[in-house]
Amino acid sequence: MTPAVELGGVTKRFDEVVAVDNIDLTIADGEFFAMLGPSGCGKTTTLRMIAGLEFPTQGSLRIFGDEVGTLAPNKRPVNTVFQNYALFPHLNVRDNVSFGLRMQGLNKAEAARRAEELIDLVQLSGMEKRKPSQLSGGQQQRVALARALVNEPKVLLLDEPLGALDLKLRQEMQTELKGLQRNLGVSFVFVTHDQEEALTMSDRIAVMDEGRLLQVGTAEDLYERPANRFVADFIGHTNLIDATVVDSSTIALANGTRVAGTTSEAAGTAVALSLRPESMKIGRSTDAVPGDGATRLSGTVTEVTYLGLAIMYKVAIDFIEVDVRADAVPPDDRLAVGDTATVWWEHDAEWIVPGAQ
Amino acid sequence: MATPGNITEPKGITRHLLRLNSWLVFVFFYAPIVILVIFSFSDNRNVGVWGGLTFDWYRDFADNEPIKGALTNSLQIAVVSTLVAVVLGTLAALALERFTFRGRKVFDALLYLPIIIPDVTMAVMMLLFFAQLAQWFEFTKGFGTIVISHIAFNISFVSVVVRARLAGSDERLEEAAMDLYASRWQAFRYVTLPLIMPGILGGALLAFTLSLDDVVITQFVTGPGWDTLPVFVFGLIRKGVTPLINAVSVVMLVASTLLVALSLFIQRARSTD
Amino acid sequence: MRTRIAGVQPPRQATPEFEAANLRQRKRRGLLMALPAYTYLVTFFALPLLVVVVYSFATRNRFGGTDLSGWNLDSYQQIGNELVRQVLVRSLILALITTALCLVISYPFAYFMSTRKPVVRNLMLVFVMIPFWTNFLVRNYAWYVILGTDGPLSRITEFVGIGATRVLFTQTAVVLGLVYGFLPFMILPLYAAIERIDGRLLEASRDLYASGLQSFRHVLLPLSMPGVVAGSILVFIPSLGAYVTPEVLGGAKTTLLGSYIVTQFLSSRNMPFGAALSTVLMVIMLTAALVYFRRGGRTL
Repeated sequence: MTPAVELGGVTKRFDEVVAVDNIDLTIADGEFFAMLGPSGCGKTTTLRMIAGLEFPTQGSLRIFGDEVGTLAPNKRPVNTVFQNYALFPHLNVRDNVSFGLRMQGLNKAEAARRAEELIDLVQLSGMEKRKPSQLSGGQQQRVALARALVNEPKVLLLDEPLGALDLKLRQEMQTELKGLQRNLGVSFVFVTHDQEEALTMSDRIAVMDEGRLLQVGTAEDLYERPANRFVADFIGHTNLIDATVVDSSTIALANGTRVAGTTSEAAGTAVALSLRPESMKIGRSTDAVPGDGATRLSGTVTEVTYLGLAIMYKVAIDFIEVDVRADAVPPDDRLAVGDTATVWWEHDAEWIVPGAQ
Repeated sequence: MATPGNITEPKGITRHLLRLNSWLVFVFFYAPIVILVIFSFSDNRNVGVWGGLTFDWYRDFADNEPIKGALTNSLQIAVVSTLVAVVLGTLAALALERFTFRGRKVFDALLYLPIIIPDVTMAVMMLLFFAQLAQWFEFTKGFGTIVISHIAFNISFVSVVVRARLAGSDERLEEAAMDLYASRWQAFRYVTLPLIMPGILGGALLAFTLSLDDVVITQFVTGPGWDTLPVFVFGLIRKGVTPLINAVSVVMLVASTLLVALSLFIQRARSTD
Repeated sequence: MRTRIAGVQPPRQATPEFEAANLRQRKRRGLLMALPAYTYLVTFFALPLLVVVVYSFATRNRFGGTDLSGWNLDSYQQIGNELVRQVLVRSLILALITTALCLVISYPFAYFMSTRKPVVRNLMLVFVMIPFWTNFLVRNYAWYVILGTDGPLSRITEFVGIGATRVLFTQTAVVLGLVYGFLPFMILPLYAAIERIDGRLLEASRDLYASGLQSFRHVLLPLSMPGVVAGSILVFIPSLGAYVTPEVLGGAKTTLLGSYIVTQFLSSRNMPFGAALSTVLMVIMLTAALVYFRRGGRTL
């Protein structure tokens, strides 16, 4: 099946700055795809190149097999939902939504009819005559959606569309968007810097930093098996402990402790041990600890934070500080600042990522 | 940039002093105009002295051929120079706000000069320019020279107003239009143009007013039979003042106010953001 | 909107050449849009400017015409004359007084406007602008009516007991007329600058024990300085070269720069000298504008 969007070796340079550095990406038809990364990582630029608002400096850009890299945006079968909605302030809701249809030559009556269908779909019936300035943020966002979708684009692009909404509204919209995409079956390409958003909504996610594509995969892929330090650190919360490879099943931490860990890197390579706080266990040094040979590290508790559903401990182990998440227990059963503690983890709870600090 | 919070009012005596100052400023602004209107109905050859109530001066104005001729001249010149200035000024504004090109900085600077230059200097400039041209080409000073001079300073004023409007409107809107299948011309016609229209109208009003207002420049480049109303009235004032001038002034005042009201009304009716 | 390169369909795939060609096309389009206004201003503004400068180096021949051959600095030397210096100094002082007065009156006004509700603010703005839209000559003439012998002002001062006054044809009348004419030019930039200031900064100042006066001096004034500078330039420059106001309200006794320049062309027929004076005025004005923009002033 032809992929909806294919980028091959796409690079974008603005004078001296390389905004997008040689990325290869494939987005399947009907997929909810997210591009995730910190500000300035190139995700928006990539989106704009798919839309046609920027031209790549180099590379191949295909939409359903057609090379479109140099086509003007008004010739591509894609539509965009802009970050601040970019609704036309001088037009009412209906004229905003029917704009694309009118530009393609559809007569006024038919365009209005289709626009109204979509206004119903996004649950804004009754608001047709209002101007954007008379709408709330959430309502404006729905108009932007309707305006794009009414043209039945092959791919829908969304540039941080939920950023301006407050938390509750954002969560509602996330569910709605997901449902909408599933019903329509159209590929959605979604740009965000909020990893939680990306993880909840998307089928697959591409993580970018400084113009480079770091990893593409499902939420689980990225969370459980990050390909490098950045992804491990960016997605969720993790402890990264520097280490060196000893052999394919052992690594050595900075203080010499040998730790079990599977890796394909050559001996002597600098790597990092990634341990999610929730996969680590903690206990008082005096308590009994499973004696199955799991690596144990000893340290002192430096901070105790109550999170409601859990307790977060910060433990200082001679060369590093780790965060360990433990189930919530009554205050008396918790460790206190200054206590000596033993930290360990199950075998295979760890993950090795390449790359030095 | 910090989001402007409303500056809270100071307390105590400062507050009252400020209020007083503002009222005084308004009185200062409007009293002369009110007094002028009142005295235009005064039946006394001495302009500042009140005689009985009369409409004579207005009758004189209606019958005065030279004045009416000057008024027609002013209007014709203002209309033509405004139209040309609006087109050139809007194009210039669009070029500067939405494009980069070679020589942009020079153009930008050149566009500001007519705004800050004093009338007298510009009048001298145009006079000498036309005097020099007259040595090589045959032409008579009059409508052409006045219109050319007015356009020269009006372009800048129009472009400043339109630029302000353009700068405030989001470039993303034009991108959104293109994303929605509009060609460049369609994007301009259906999105950019409606959004800058208040700016264009404001610029047009400004150009029209400045053209009608102008004294020195017109005086220097005018030719026989082409005196404009302000030049004419200015001449009258220096020769010897009669209350007729009061009547003429009030008529000019009413006309300007109507013009402003009209433009505000048009803007309101279009109900843009 | 596909770029055509020499009539051939361009490759669909992006290349640096395409990117560069696209950029060039955009630049060309921009230049084309600017061209009409550009050529007009070069022909009918820059050129005339040049003519003035050239004329300032010419000589006045016997019949009041201008001899363009034989360039010299005579006209500029004339500027050193006693009479001319008097006129220049007088004009400068008057312009400075006008600017100062405008500033003193406008600042509290602009500040007060900023403290009002948005509705009131806009209303005040409209009422400030209305006189601006009325004919400039007429506004000066209104003062002519008021300030004359037996005029309304005289009646009031008589009534109050000061006695009959005739302010017309004095320097005071000119300053009054100039302030009246240019007050909106000071109010608008000041208001724009003050309105931008975050009110919380002033509150913070009070919270840190500053008195009203201290808050003004150390917080409000420095932050509103761009507006002060802009307004001052917008008032100073036209005041320096003012012609209509001094002609209508001033007398033959007080000649100011504007009138003096005009006389060179209409009566004395000493064009080179008039051109030299105009050039000097222009240089002063350009310096002021440059200073303002160098200091990062906002565009007008």
